[in-house]
Amino acid sequence: MPEFGSFCLLLGLGLTIYTFVVGGFALWGGSVGGLRATGIPESRWNRLGETARRAGIASFVALCAAAFALVWAALSNDFSVEYIRAHSNIALNPAYKFAALWSGQEGSLLLWAWLLSAYGFVLRVRHRVDVRLTAFASVILAAIQVFFLLLLTIVATPFSIAPGPVALDGAGLNPLLQYPEMVIHPPMLYLGYVGFAVPFAFALGALMMRYPGEKWIHITRRWTMVTWLFLTCGIFLGAHWAYSVLGWGGYWGWDPVENASLMPWLTGTAFLHSVMMQEKRGMMKNWNVWLIFSTFLLTILGTLLTRSGIISSVHAFAQSPIGAWFYTFISIVFLVCVITFFARRGHLKSENKLESLVSRESSFLFNNMILLAACVTVLWGTLFPLLSEAVTGSKVTMGAPYYNRVNIPIGLFLLFLTGIGPLLAWRSTTLRSIRRNFVLPSIAMAVTAVVLMIAGLRPWNDGDDMQSTFFSLIAFTLAAGVITAIVEEFTRGARVVCAQTGKNLLSSMVLLTRRNTRRYGGYIIHFGIVVMFIGIAGGAFNRAVEMEMSYGDALAIGPYRLVCVGITQDSKPEYDTDYARLDAYKNGRYITQLSPEKRTYFAGTDHEQASTIVALHSTAEADLYTVFEGRNPDTGRPILKVFLNPLIAWIWIGVVIVVLGTFIALVPNLVRTPGRLRQEDSAGVPPTAGLGATSDVAKVPHE
Amino acid sequence: MNRRTQSGSDLFRDARHAGGPVFWARWVQLALLCVVTVAMLGANESRYDRLGHELMCSCGCNQVLLECNHVGCVDSARMIVELKAQIATGESDTAVLNWFVAKYGATILAAPIRGGFDNAAWIVPAVIFFLATLGTFGIVWAWKRRALRMAGAAGFDSGDAVGNLPASGESNPQDAELRERIRRETEY
Repeated sequence: MPEFGSFCLLLGLGLTIYTFVVGGFALWGGSVGGLRATGIPESRWNRLGETARRAGIASFVALCAAAFALVWAALSNDFSVEYIRAHSNIALNPAYKFAALWSGQEGSLLLWAWLLSAYGFVLRVRHRVDVRLTAFASVILAAIQVFFLLLLTIVATPFSIAPGPVALDGAGLNPLLQYPEMVIHPPMLYLGYVGFAVPFAFALGALMMRYPGEKWIHITRRWTMVTWLFLTCGIFLGAHWAYSVLGWGGYWGWDPVENASLMPWLTGTAFLHSVMMQEKRGMMKNWNVWLIFSTFLLTILGTLLTRSGIISSVHAFAQSPIGAWFYTFISIVFLVCVITFFARRGHLKSENKLESLVSRESSFLFNNMILLAACVTVLWGTLFPLLSEAVTGSKVTMGAPYYNRVNIPIGLFLLFLTGIGPLLAWRSTTLRSIRRNFVLPSIAMAVTAVVLMIAGLRPWNDGDDMQSTFFSLIAFTLAAGVITAIVEEFTRGARVVCAQTGKNLLSSMVLLTRRNTRRYGGYIIHFGIVVMFIGIAGGAFNRAVEMEMSYGDALAIGPYRLVCVGITQDSKPEYDTDYARLDAYKNGRYITQLSPEKRTYFAGTDHEQASTIVALHSTAEADLYTVFEGRNPDTGRPILKVFLNPLIAWIWIGVVIVVLGTFIALVPNLVRTPGRLRQEDSAGVPPTAGLGATSDVAKVPHE
Repeated sequence: MNRRTQSGSDLFRDARHAGGPVFWARWVQLALLCVVTVAMLGANESRYDRLGHELMCSCGCNQVLLECNHVGCVDSARMIVELKAQIATGESDTAVLNWFVAKYGATILAAPIRGGFDNAAWIVPAVIFFLATLGTFGIVWAWKRRALRMAGAAGFDSGDAVGNLPASGESNPQDAELRERIRRETEY
């Protein structure tokens, strides 16, 4: 099987090089200059290009076979393969054996290449959308693919044979990775990372061929949204994994590898917003091109940070000296982007200019700038230890306190923009419109602030936690305003639909959303983000208690009381376990039993590895989070740490809402027939009526 | 030269009547005042808790000292004892942190706070944030001026530049075209 896998990789490399070289040559030959220079008819160049497209499709099959070979080697315990010996063992659950594909560096890079070939496969199969543009994108994707396949065949070979006699058992998978979310989190994240290669390829291709109009944006819109969705899910699955497995009570530690996933998400989010300006107004073309270039470069940088080990990270399970390859690749990509941009700059002339500071366009620009500022800030924090070492000779730590201090104000400003942006009209917003759209959100914010202060959220009384309480108060207040604005937009639009159709308000909201899925799906995504902000803001009120417990002991935290009713030790084929059984009471009423666990893995490993299994009781109000930290070496009694984390569940609920909103935004609009539109127009319904702020332009003459 | 005394709310009301920029400037000043006040009030945090959150555990877990959750972690236990001892000496926060830096190296600090080049870590994000905000204001203002100049040169007034829409009952071809353009442009 390793020989078969290696052969498939080499075959894939050969096919991809063919796609890149011959495809590129066919594109040149098919161009005006190429036709003039060679005198060969265009149809022959097209046929040559078609062979390149088919080779690209075939490379997907070859890489599927290579990935299958590695998974098969893991499932069949083929420890002659060094990668399998290092990342699997006989007793490992088959699901985790499958996950061995991305548990180490070589496998992860194979996953990268395989997913890229899968995206390329879909793109090449759907080439009729726009044959020439797709051909450009296909060649660019092939170029990226060549880099990863070269890595896999020269530096990080997943099928290399282990030296010496075949081992009887493997070293096993890192226990921290033996968790259900770890089976899905890395592929999701990689689908996000790799997926941004597609809009990047289309943008670069469109620029190279001086593609007329904004069709490339229409073509890539769904690609970008799906990719963004994968990246979002990947990031939050990782956060949930950290929360559930690492046992420190938090979900985001600002580790360089976490930052590496956040940065392309921020620029990708900015891109999703700013392409609307290009689509609707023909503006910000330069900006959009650079946003998608940056997003792709950041995904490569992310992979470099994850894999090279140039920056100290807790994700230390995958480090190797492949940095030079990535630096070279990033430099080449950057150079190609710069050269293409300057050579084709004239093609990116804006068709319109901003006309007012108070407009939807301005809010998009602000949103973009702040998202980019957040990205640069995170990048700065991530790379600062290297810079500090270069300048002062000593490394520094950029821990969570740094990022929290720097990013909280930026996050709150973004939340503020999330609220006001959709309330502003395109082109220009009148004072009357501002008054009309902002009254309710402002009232909601004022009422929320007062109610929260009455309820006890008073920063000036909180002494030690004054700053965090203050920021939480701001976050809750802004969240109330944004939610009110979103609800107002829905109800205002639904009322118009009610008047048109006679349906009830709820049905009208559904119809309204179906008529403009992108707009109202976007609102739902914003709502999800606000819900997540509420969950994050709850972190200001986290509490923790640590206690050495034995049978019958009780521990109190907030309204909860935990009574230890048992301490048990057990032995499984892969690990020994030590766990406590805690009866949880809330305000004196029994609610559940929690069993936090400490596992010591020994199967297949050269040394014992400890792992924490958190037990938690989650409600919308708070999470009761219990950790079995271990035993006191002096007394032999277990030590338990209990966290009370308010509103954490809102983060995960928010993510679900974001996913739902993205799905809605991906669904095509319910088409209104021309007859229906004429009927609405003749009935005096302004075309934008019910669209809240956007109706502002339509109402200018009446004001 | 009559100088009339005014209450705060009068100032805001008059500024609003007098002109937008002055009114907004007052609000920006108030917001800045709030931020500075809160930042200063943060200085009241208890020393142990604050300093414990400004140090990393030296065991390599990448956790803040007071959040290291490894039972039997000799490093965090020892460091906590050292922190309490240093606080008990009555030394300033800087001296306590310097003591830890001298013993464990600069990476023991959870954030770069030694001054000198470390200041760049804090200044750059703030500069980026303000540049992004002010830069956007500047860009929009410049573009708006240019649009108005161009509209003026073409014989339109600023009202035309933003595109007025005819009443919905009118239906000449230009209106229909304008209506369609608005429909297209206002789709989210």
